[in-house]
Amino acid sequence: MIGELRSRSPDGPIEERWSEHKFNLRLVNPGNRRRFSLIVVGTGLAGATAAASLGEMGYKVSVFTYHDSPRRAHSIAAQGGINASKNYKNDGDSTFRLFYDTIKGGDYRSRESNVYRLAEVSSNIIDQCVAAGVPFAREYGGMLDNRSFGGAQVSRTFYARGQTGQQLLLGAYSALMRQVASGSVELHTRTEMLDLVVIDGKAAGIVTRNLLTGEIRAYSAHAVILATGGYSNVYFLSTNARMCNVTATWRAHRRGALFANPCFTQIHPTCIPPSEDFQSKLTLMSESLRNDGRIWVPRSHDDERPPGEIPEIERDYYLETKYRSFGNLVPRDVASRNAKSVVDEGRGVGPRRNGVYLDFSDAIARDSTEAVSAKYGNLFDMYERITGEDPYKVPMRIYPAVHYTMGGLWVDYNLMSNLPGLFVLGEANFSDHGANRLGASALMQGLADGYFVIPATISDYLADLLGTQPTPPTHAAFGESVAETEDRTARLLANKGSLTVDHFHRELGKIVWDCCGMARNAAGLKKALSDIPALNEEFHSNVLVPGSAVTLNQALERAGRVADLFELAELMMRDALVREESCGGHFREEHQDAEGEALRDDENFSHIAAWEWAGNRNAPVFHREQLEFETVAPTKRSYK
Amino acid sequence: MSAGAEPLSLRLKVWRQDDEGSDGRFEKYDLAGISADASFLEMLDLLNERLTLEGKEPVAFESDCREGICGTCGLMINGRAHGPQQGTATCQLHMRQFSDSAEITVEPWRAAAFPVIRDLVVDRSAFDEIITAGGYISINTGAAPDANLTPIPKEAAEASFDAAACIGCGACVAACPNSAAQLFTSAKLQHLNLLPQGQAERWARTEAMVEKMEEYFGSCTNHGECSVACPKDISIDFIAWTNRDYIKAKFNNRKLLGGR
Ligand SMILES: Cc1cc2nc3c(=O)[nH]c(=O)nc-3n(C[C@H](O)[C@H](O)[C@H](O)COP(=O)(O)OP(=O)(O)OC[C@H]3O[C@@H](n4cnc5c(N)ncnc54)[C@H](O)[C@@H]3O)c2cc1C
Ligand code: SF4
Ligand code: FES
Repeated sequence: MIGELRSRSPDGPIEERWSEHKFNLRLVNPGNRRRFSLIVVGTGLAGATAAASLGEMGYKVSVFTYHDSPRRAHSIAAQGGINASKNYKNDGDSTFRLFYDTIKGGDYRSRESNVYRLAEVSSNIIDQCVAAGVPFAREYGGMLDNRSFGGAQVSRTFYARGQTGQQLLLGAYSALMRQVASGSVELHTRTEMLDLVVIDGKAAGIVTRNLLTGEIRAYSAHAVILATGGYSNVYFLSTNARMCNVTATWRAHRRGALFANPCFTQIHPTCIPPSEDFQSKLTLMSESLRNDGRIWVPRSHDDERPPGEIPEIERDYYLETKYRSFGNLVPRDVASRNAKSVVDEGRGVGPRRNGVYLDFSDAIARDSTEAVSAKYGNLFDMYERITGEDPYKVPMRIYPAVHYTMGGLWVDYNLMSNLPGLFVLGEANFSDHGANRLGASALMQGLADGYFVIPATISDYLADLLGTQPTPPTHAAFGESVAETEDRTARLLANKGSLTVDHFHRELGKIVWDCCGMARNAAGLKKALSDIPALNEEFHSNVLVPGSAVTLNQALERAGRVADLFELAELMMRDALVREESCGGHFREEHQDAEGEALRDDENFSHIAAWEWAGNRNAPVFHREQLEFETVAPTKRSYK
Repeated sequence: MSAGAEPLSLRLKVWRQDDEGSDGRFEKYDLAGISADASFLEMLDLLNERLTLEGKEPVAFESDCREGICGTCGLMINGRAHGPQQGTATCQLHMRQFSDSAEITVEPWRAAAFPVIRDLVVDRSAFDEIITAGGYISINTGAAPDANLTPIPKEAAEASFDAAACIGCGACVAACPNSAAQLFTSAKLQHLNLLPQGQAERWARTEAMVEKMEEYFGSCTNHGECSVACPKDISIDFIAWTNRDYIKAKFNNRKLLGGR
């Protein structure tokens, strides 16, 4: 049983909390660090920087990824940019403003202390990345360039053409490989974590499967750090890489780690709408496009004319008219819901009527084709490769798609879960973004966690363990977990069903999208709560997994991941059902005002919902962490 | 616009191989009803769905982002690395590039340094070895000065970026008659060598990475196929710059050693 949830958030003036806290944390002296072995799972921005930084400090680190190379983690795909309150543009940015914007953007569902710390370390992140050779965009004088990004009224976003994620990850990967070269970090690629081992309530190690040989084995350590990314692929179609999944955090959840706010998922407003039934994923068009593109649909329903033939007065630039001060730059959730409502009205565009226009003709007329191409050239090329249409001539078509998950394992201020010794970083944890993440803030958070937070906080946990060895993998708990993992794998393979893994994943995705997507209501969520277990049962009895357990078997890998996504999906529905309010990405149709804007309920729901696994047959147990707002008084988010 | 275009019928010839040690073979599959809007990998997904339902083993191939940035995918399609479209990774290739009744041959990257793991999946860890040899700037976390302390001329930043755009897919090696990795290694080297931050370790890095590369890969004889196959249009000029850096590095590093 879990006692009261202690966030360990420090008190005192918000600007001093992190420094104070760091001063009060116990340290491990440099000579003793090599006596501690640490496991890091994940080599995205959060995992790679954590492993590299901890290795540099002298800890003995083992890092795991299911990818063939750390450089391929999903962080690589981030396009738009990374925030930092450097105020290089002299437009009034500050740590406080970034903090304030993030709290407000998250719709007052995040912890003030965590968010302030994030804003505070943001500047150091940029320094670190530049020193590591990240080629951010520059001005002619050689100084770093910034742009304004989704919902921000200052220019605080650093970017590297349309591939900020790749450039940041290459920086993190190179730092990691430097530690691999020095021997402080041991790298395990093509190795998937399939279980967390908990002994006496503490994280003691992990169980993994070698994806080439099928070998299932245990690794033990003094502490385990999960940096395994988000779970957007529960929707099947999302902007996430195909292999992204929830297994690492879900398995930890089943071993006792609380899962927080699972229903807080983010829909990104600017993605390419699906074009065919066998679509395997959706492609994001960077949000930066909204800086110059204008969003519109025809005024009348079922308008068949090509966009160029629709005169200006018959176009509805719905964001510009509805939200006068933010216009096309309203936050993601607001932009997404508005797109959904015009498409639902029958004013969608494109062959499947499933998109809205994002039109660059004014920007091209104002700034020239060259200027637009300099900013967005690679995105335009990407769009053309995918759709066969030229966005310099025809407006892009966009529609919202699932993109990011704010929910994740519950962590305290030290980024430790309720299980001592289990730390969670990056998108895998629930912290910092509340009910809605601002654009360009995920990269910032992953790097903050990996570069600056975990290296400072982990010693406080380790200090007590000085002189102890990690529990050896020969301990019975490891053996049991290995046996259970082998059994799960064997059962999936033995099942001679008649439908493929992808079939079930697609069907699951449809339920989750329909019932827990851009808009949710009690009836739909309740229906999903009976449909998902039914489909899950069918999955386990009728899935067909070809191949063998001892070779590379991609269908088997996917089957295990989809099995865990099923269980997570059920928890999402429960969480969405009990959160009787609309906030951020969680829009409950029952809770909206006369104009269709979200109605938050601070009196009853100003809390984090943290769920405890209670076994296969029992409903999960709800725990609450109350949120206190001492610095920023919650107000209604208004972008009008 | 292509939506609504007639679906395609295809004849596929796909390389199948159980593991590194076994002999491989081509297998033929006929596939009908493929949407022109589908991506090449979605076409293979469809093939795999069908094979699975027929009780056969699906074709192993790798991909992840499916957006042309992670570098995981990579197939020889009709003898061309990443297929017929210039500057396009396999995952970004769409079926509208093919005509109805086309015969398409699909093979893995072929190079001694990239052994086949299964079917179309190869082991590219030799690339990671090259990075481990020196593909970094040695700066510990927390030790960085303010990011704007050193202005970086826009031209240098842009040239470095052009190299940094490499996604590590390995097409350059696969396309090269000698299986050389000069384009990849040069892209990685010049990304760092062109930046002021990269100067301190420039010569040591160059020597270490080039020599590690030579342990695994063949020698470059300036065919230029690499750059043609590269999905990120990495310029062959970087190879020339690397050759120049390498000669200097040999000289400088030796001088350093001698002076010690
Ligand atoms: C298309 C796209 C564009 C984006 N653009 C932006 C942007 O412009 N700005 C921004 O701030 N954010 C952006 N985001 C969000 C951001 O990229 C991610 O939230 C962030 O990169 C996540 O980093 P991470 O380190 O937490 O996890 P990831 O990068 O997802 O890494 C997860 C790692 O964990 C490993 N892993 C997972 N499970 C296991 C397991 N069971 N066993 C072993 N290894 C495992 C994986 O191999 C991988 O190495 C974007 C996201 C998408 C999808
Ligand atoms: S140089 Fe081009 S072809 Fe070679 S690995 Fe890099 S991106 Fe791929
Ligand atoms: S799958 Fe990522 S580059 Fe093709």
